[in-house]
Amino acid sequence: MTAMASASPRSVSVAVENPGLAAQVSASERKHLIKMLALLAPSVIFTALFFVLPLALFMFRSVDNPEIQTYLPRTAEVMQSWSGQGEPDEAAFAAIAADLNAIRGQPSLGLIGRRLNYALPGARGLLTKTARRLPIAEGASAKDALIAIDKQWADPALWGVLHQQSGRLTDFYLLTALDLHKSPEGELRRVAPEQRIFIDLYGRTLSVSLTVTALCLLIGFPVAAVMARAGKRAASWMLMLVLVPFWTSLLVRSTAWVILLQNEGLVNKALMALGIISSPLPLVFNRAGVIIAMVHVLLPYAILPIYSVMKGVSGNHLRAAASLGASPLRVFRTVYLPLTLPGVAAGGTLVFVLSVGFYVTPALVGGPGDQMIGYFIAYFTNSAVNWGLASALGAFLLIVVAAIYLALGKLVGFNRLRVR
Amino acid sequence: MRSGSSTPLIERLALSGGRAFTYAVLVFLVAPIFVVFPLSFTAGQLLVFPLPGWSLQWYREFFTSPLWTGALLNSLFVGIVTTIVATVLGTMAALGLHGARFRLKPFIMALLVTPIAVPVVIIAVSAFYFFAAVNLVGTYIGLILAHVALALPFVVITVSATLQGFDPNLPRAAASLGASPLRTLRTVTLPMIAPGVASGSVFAFVTSFDELVIALFITSPQQRTLPRQIFSGVSENISPTITAAAVVLLMVSVVLMLVMEWLRARSERMRRPVGAEQ
Repeated sequence: MTAMASASPRSVSVAVENPGLAAQVSASERKHLIKMLALLAPSVIFTALFFVLPLALFMFRSVDNPEIQTYLPRTAEVMQSWSGQGEPDEAAFAAIAADLNAIRGQPSLGLIGRRLNYALPGARGLLTKTARRLPIAEGASAKDALIAIDKQWADPALWGVLHQQSGRLTDFYLLTALDLHKSPEGELRRVAPEQRIFIDLYGRTLSVSLTVTALCLLIGFPVAAVMARAGKRAASWMLMLVLVPFWTSLLVRSTAWVILLQNEGLVNKALMALGIISSPLPLVFNRAGVIIAMVHVLLPYAILPIYSVMKGVSGNHLRAAASLGASPLRVFRTVYLPLTLPGVAAGGTLVFVLSVGFYVTPALVGGPGDQMIGYFIAYFTNSAVNWGLASALGAFLLIVVAAIYLALGKLVGFNRLRVR
Repeated sequence: MRSGSSTPLIERLALSGGRAFTYAVLVFLVAPIFVVFPLSFTAGQLLVFPLPGWSLQWYREFFTSPLWTGALLNSLFVGIVTTIVATVLGTMAALGLHGARFRLKPFIMALLVTPIAVPVVIIAVSAFYFFAAVNLVGTYIGLILAHVALALPFVVITVSATLQGFDPNLPRAAASLGASPLRTLRTVTLPMIAPGVASGSVFAFVTSFDELVIALFITSPQQRTLPRQIFSGVSENISPTITAAAVVLLMVSVVLMLVMEWLRARSERMRRPVGAEQ
């Protein structure tokens, strides 16, 4: 910035004295800029290609809906022009009979079956069963033939789903990830209570993350304060101890906590030897274990930004306040805390944003009821193979993370949101 | 701050209480690591204290089992290639960002560092879908590309930070004395920013060497890395071999951390203006 301010007046004065030289200067500046952009280009292209593009494609999956238009093209066309109310006419039955007949015995049948199953459990079996009994006799009514194969073809709910899901884009996954669904009339409704899992999941993710953030700040603040007041040698030793776990693989630390917290682990043995408890406390594969391990993993992210702000707080301010008669508590509340607040905000943001995305630690140290959004994104990708839903959950997680970063980044400055 | 006799009792109490608390927290921070360490030398079969005796058997198992040595070699290979690519690309980008002034610069900087801010599980799943579409799942290239994307921001940030204290007149002086741009880079710019480049590359290596989630999604057993192998062991049944593997993983990171701190101290010394008092 300062270089720019000092460069432009010079080029202006040069331009006044000698227009030919000015042209030369601007040509050489342009050449320099091109050279610098050429240095930047590989990283920008790399990041765009292997980070932005995959992320964008993944996000797009949450609204992408190619299956019905690809595998059931005739049905999709009829459904698009149908009102969606009641039972469709003969043309719709003929279309789906022709579509199913065309993909009979092919992998596509399984794919479209899986897709419709997300919205209507049992649809896959119906399609497989129907396809096996196709084609229908020449000249017969497709409607009668399909209903003869399975009564479900007369069910308006089935056709409602086909109608709703026949577009190129769908809001189905995003709604599902909010425990919502659309009635055949197009109204938003909550899904049946026993199917509501995602709102609970967000609540759990938030409550674990907020607990971890609060604990990290409560523990990290006094530690950072002591470090900031310590002598140079002591401070650098303490800093080293804070940094060792920071540099240690998260996996190793999570593993260590499993070993430490298990029933025969050191923590339970020590507590029993001290006579505090008589039987082992359940500390691992539950919420307590997740919170202990996550606080351990994330504590350096709280300590370091707070410490770096505290180091810059001059003791003179505190002494001035004290000499004016403020009690230690008042000095702390009215001088020290406000001065260190940017560090607290930065540390809290970092811890919170990192913890909402946690996957490995809860997977290792938690039980089935302690898993957070990250786990379900992985689950719907690997085990349940519902990529649209994985992507919808990912989109919500990303929105939360981006919103917090932007809000607090604006508030405390983006350069503070870095640990070292 | 001087804590003379005039310091109120309450403040001194708060201070010593704070100190005791801090020591307890520091023990909490390093304890798990110092628990894994002795357990890896146990002569028994179980991960319990007190140790029945000391033995190197689990290290022998680690360094002779092809499952573990293969994982270690994979991690080293992927880590080294990632480091080279990320360091070259990231250093170039930092030099470009430092030297250029244009309107989109803050946007480009933000683009280059965002991979750090996105939860890694999202990056991993995105990489999985993307690489599946281009047939790179289960390949070394796929894993390296994903790791470079993750490590690149660290290099850009570290080298950019070093360049902040870099006097732009030095390369100009070299150029005015007739040095070619390449010679200026080799003899002036690079030696000045070398500590930053080195710490960036250490960062890149550790990022790749410790990375688990991406490896879980996009590797096949052939490219299993050390973290992935440890993870699958932990999810099944923790044997002492895992603690030996964890110690190996840990030693590499801690040694590199010490290197990094040394480099940081060195570069801070180099950047301090002549005559300025600390």
